[in-house]
Amino acid sequence: MSHLSERPEKPVVGISMPHESAHLHVTGAALYTDDLVYRTKDVLHAYPVQVMKAHGRITALRTEPALAVPGVVRVLTGADVPGVNDAGMKHDEPLFPDEVMFHGHAVAWVLGETLEAARLGAAAVEVEFEELPSLVTLQEAIAAESFHGARPLMESGDIDAGFADSEHVITGEFQFSGQEHFYLETHAALAQIDENGQVFVQSSTQHPSETQEIVSHVLGVPAHEVTVQCLRMGGGFGGKEMQPHGFAAIAALGAKLTGRPVRFRFNRTQDMTMSGKRHGFHATWKIGFDVEGRIQALDATLTADGGWSLDLSEPVLARALCHIDNTYWIPHVRVAGRIAKTNTVSNTAFRGFGGPQGMLVIEDILGRCAPRLGLDPMELRERNFYRPGQGQTTPYGQPVTQAERISTIWHQVQNDAGIADRKREIAAFNAAHPNTKRAIAITGIKFGISFNLTAFNQGGALVLIYKDGSVLINHGGTEMGQGLHTKMMQVAATTLGIPLSRVRLAPTRTDKVPNTSATAASAGTDLNGGAIKNACEQLRERLLQVAATQLGVNASDVRVVDGVARALGSDKELAWNDLVRTAYFQRVQLSAAGYYRTEGLHWDAKSFRGSPFKYFAHGAAATEVEVDGFTGAYRIRRVDIVHDVGDSLSPMIDIGQVEGGFVQGAGWLTLEDLRWDTSDGPNRGRLLTQAASTYKLPSFSEMPEEFNVTLLENATEEGAVYGSKAVGEPPLMLAFSVREALRQAAAAFGPADVSVDLACPATPEAVYWAVEAARASEVRGSEPRAEAHTLNHA
Amino acid sequence: MSRAQVTINGKIFPIAPVVPHLTVLDFLRERGLTGTKEGCAEGECGACSVLVARPGVKKPTDWVAVNACLMPVAALDGQEVVTAEGLATSGEDGRPPTLHPVQEEMAVRGGSQCGYCTPGFICSMASEYYRPDRCAHGGTDADAADQAGTEHGSNGFDLHSLSGNLCRCTGYRPIRDAAFAVGEPAEDDPFAQRRDQEPPAPVATEYTRDGSTFRRPPTLADALRALREQPDAVPVAGSTDFGVEVNIRSRRASYVVAIDRLPELRELRVESDHMEIGAAVTLTEIERRLDGDVPLLAELFPQFASRLIRNSATLGGNLGTGSPIGDSPPVLLALDASLVLADADGEREVPLAEYFTGYRQSVRHPGELIRAVRIPLPLSPVTAFHKIAKRRFDDISSVAVAFALDIEDGIVRRARIGLGGVAATPIRAHTTEAALEGRRWTAETVEAAARELRSEGTPMDDHRASALYRAAMLGQSLKKLYAQNTEAVSS
Repeated sequence: MSHLSERPEKPVVGISMPHESAHLHVTGAALYTDDLVYRTKDVLHAYPVQVMKAHGRITALRTEPALAVPGVVRVLTGADVPGVNDAGMKHDEPLFPDEVMFHGHAVAWVLGETLEAARLGAAAVEVEFEELPSLVTLQEAIAAESFHGARPLMESGDIDAGFADSEHVITGEFQFSGQEHFYLETHAALAQIDENGQVFVQSSTQHPSETQEIVSHVLGVPAHEVTVQCLRMGGGFGGKEMQPHGFAAIAALGAKLTGRPVRFRFNRTQDMTMSGKRHGFHATWKIGFDVEGRIQALDATLTADGGWSLDLSEPVLARALCHIDNTYWIPHVRVAGRIAKTNTVSNTAFRGFGGPQGMLVIEDILGRCAPRLGLDPMELRERNFYRPGQGQTTPYGQPVTQAERISTIWHQVQNDAGIADRKREIAAFNAAHPNTKRAIAITGIKFGISFNLTAFNQGGALVLIYKDGSVLINHGGTEMGQGLHTKMMQVAATTLGIPLSRVRLAPTRTDKVPNTSATAASAGTDLNGGAIKNACEQLRERLLQVAATQLGVNASDVRVVDGVARALGSDKELAWNDLVRTAYFQRVQLSAAGYYRTEGLHWDAKSFRGSPFKYFAHGAAATEVEVDGFTGAYRIRRVDIVHDVGDSLSPMIDIGQVEGGFVQGAGWLTLEDLRWDTSDGPNRGRLLTQAASTYKLPSFSEMPEEFNVTLLENATEEGAVYGSKAVGEPPLMLAFSVREALRQAAAAFGPADVSVDLACPATPEAVYWAVEAARASEVRGSEPRAEAHTLNHA
Repeated sequence: MSRAQVTINGKIFPIAPVVPHLTVLDFLRERGLTGTKEGCAEGECGACSVLVARPGVKKPTDWVAVNACLMPVAALDGQEVVTAEGLATSGEDGRPPTLHPVQEEMAVRGGSQCGYCTPGFICSMASEYYRPDRCAHGGTDADAADQAGTEHGSNGFDLHSLSGNLCRCTGYRPIRDAAFAVGEPAEDDPFAQRRDQEPPAPVATEYTRDGSTFRRPPTLADALRALREQPDAVPVAGSTDFGVEVNIRSRRASYVVAIDRLPELRELRVESDHMEIGAAVTLTEIERRLDGDVPLLAELFPQFASRLIRNSATLGGNLGTGSPIGDSPPVLLALDASLVLADADGEREVPLAEYFTGYRQSVRHPGELIRAVRIPLPLSPVTAFHKIAKRRFDDISSVAVAFALDIEDGIVRRARIGLGGVAATPIRAHTTEAALEGRRWTAETVEAAARELRSEGTPMDDHRASALYRAAMLGQSLKKLYAQNTEAVSS
């Protein structure tokens, strides 16, 4: 067992407990960024001037009419920016643009004494505009060859030889939608200026250090003049990794120029029409199978809808390519990637960060091909798993070190779900019910943990012990509901050997821990937990020396457990508080900065090869659905999940992540339906589903009626803090099982072995059309229209 | 006029003259009660849910959960509100508060992750916790019996009470566990005790601020006079539609007349040949007072928006806005309902089938109010309401079809079919009705009638559904009704 993964006696990690803020949540006492407005005097409110056209050049911007509106204090335009007029890291995102790049793009901001005044002021700003042709859909961009950013190519093996060795070669095309984050708390920031002109920005951000960086470059001041704090977020899911920066900069700029606190908060429609989403993708593919259904070769091109600016599209695309193999060994691979530039919001990080998109392509391929290969989809998937002990590597060259977990988990899910019996029950049910069909599908996941970009894989912490023995921890990670802070407190209590009640956690601030990475890539616990553990170990070593002297033994024979220091084999003990006080009087430093860097990573983005991931997270889900043949409406009857979180740091939190991720993934794949106006009418490019009334998230009615989640046992991960594994993103992808079950249930309305194409999202309407197509198929193993399927007779 | 005030968490807050568009949500937050959150500002997410004391169905007072984002604070004069902050018993001497049983279950079971939606869930859950007949018989929502297992707890908790609350983090399982774990209120629970006292009476009020007036008249006659005198006046009942207009489309009415508590609009009477439902009886009240007596309405309500909306929304409002995708018109058309319209000169009765004249237009004159809905009795025995939407709970219909058929000796004697979402107004499917009436109730008849039904109306393509799917669903709905009402096809 590694030093990093080893747990001491009576660890606080591993204990199941609710979120550290649960009491504050349920009583309404927990504060979010916009709640601070009502505790702050003389706040100005910022409101965007949105231009409701998909593309065009601004020829005139008149702000005087806004200033005539009572209560309007100032209008912010590009001329006000003292530093760099850019909100992104790629310098392709002007904060105040001259060119409108998407429907709803903000070109100026109005500051008002009230939100109402600012809103009326924004409506009064006059914008003259020369409309330009726009590309709204992915197809339009592909046809126009409108791409931006990197064009990665991932190759391994010999693709031509792979197809030559294939018995079946099948080609196809697949397009699927993105997803709105719909964190319940919309983007918000509150900026204030102190007596020295320094800026304090409270922001709902997953990446305070980068918010600080953007604010400082917009204001043209060094980073040490800007402090960013995030108390907590009402959900992030990746949507607050990159997007908050420009909005925070607006508030900061307003505060700097007026000297008053400035508040920015989007209403839901602004949030949905102005902030980026999960990338929708287009894929073309050609796959070869041998006679037994083993994949020989995959040739694919993935095109991500990047929207108007690059934002995080390049790393999202990289992760998509890195996950197209999912749990499957593909000896010969060529996958090209490109990013379409469209006149829509700039798509961004969203839980899974391209991984789900890559994996969805291969799961869709297998779901469509299984009937045509005459194989049960479960069988086809299992035959293609990575095998342990054969030195198999991913298409980008990383060894798959825990390949055995793929089939272990698979078989455990099959057992837990009682697959064999239920398949029989479902067959009997379907035979008796012409208008209702059920199906059960299992899909698995293998998800790489670490930022693809190696430099981001570092974390920092600051741990303070006060004279009374109480402990305050700071770290670079942000809390968005994922329970990071709960786990960090458990890690600190475990390392120091004290009860959890002695540990408190301070809000995330850039003046406590500098240069942090985003709380993203599921890596929050690995990085910040590693750093807290490191800081606490430094403190523990110092305190053990003190205790050793007091107890008259060697420091290596002292253990601190449950707040008491004891010498091995002796009944002498020293209470934590006494130990700390003694250390203080002996002038022992009681604070420590902790640091962690993930070891063993390397990545070459150009050759698209390396070992970018510390380890893989695994899991599998078995989902049963029921489809109404009259309407296409469906229910999720039962879900069984086995998921690998290593040795869980906090089981209730981890199970919550698994369940929540699954339902969010099911939302993406089935219900959540982003629609734009793609017509040539006056509203071209407008997001049509821009509110909760038109963009439907999963509600109680989408929750699986029976929902069993099991964490894989004996799953110690040597490479992460206290043997745990990351959990934030991977479970989202377990929801592929919902989509595959829907596909199979739709197929059950047709003849045996009909291959069903299912649109994504699989709304009831999409399922209905899939049912109709299945019903219309007469012939066993019939060939759907648009695809070619050639048999090689070598 | 008394000094305007509202009691929030037991504390009295004056309501200074306010503009009609100031919401309860903003009022609370400006007073530091920031536990109540804005998630969508259109009554879809429930993050703003609060409790108000309202006339009860089984006890004098019910704790009713409503969307604070939609309700004008001016409507709360003299009323009592409780927020998530007020449910916990505050700790003395700076000690932490004692959690309410609903809060305790949510906290210990992992019912909160980011916590932003949580106070709203707490209020919706508390409303159901205090429903007087919750523990008596597991749930009064008259939805399909096969849902009893997953949608009702053994403690009587009805999950539909949370249908208007969205959580993006948990996947809902721990929230369901918390809901199904709450017990009965303790005897000394002050909120439980409050139910046995009379509810706060409505207070006749009139505020004018910045040229906008909010007026709550004491009687129908006063209301009708105000509507006649003020041509721009907007009558508002539950404010579930008006509130959306205010928040999303920035509507700023110069004169609002609150009609939600007018006694003349709040009666529900059953006569020998008809039933009359007051236009301002909330949908929840109708649902609980009828308790399944009108099966078609009982089938409608669980599919009509969410419990939070139904707690404020009224039939008068759903018909008054005239939306072609309202869910009550197809049902009321199938029930052959008529409307009692009142103005300062008197009343008239208009069949609902003749009420709608165009997109959001009707025969109702300015100054005229819907006083009541009349449903003729006896009811047709075979009824169904089929709502086609992306989401089963709380969604807007792509298409809605309501059937009421009299089938005797295998012959369809009478057919009434109401459609929503296929034309500029809700419509009756007259051609289909004619294709059924007088014919044998057989697969062949249904097949032929379903073909007619597919071509009723002029369905559109939009973000909810394609025109093709809408048309297909019309035909499918009749086939589904047939399948459900013939031989033991259990699907």
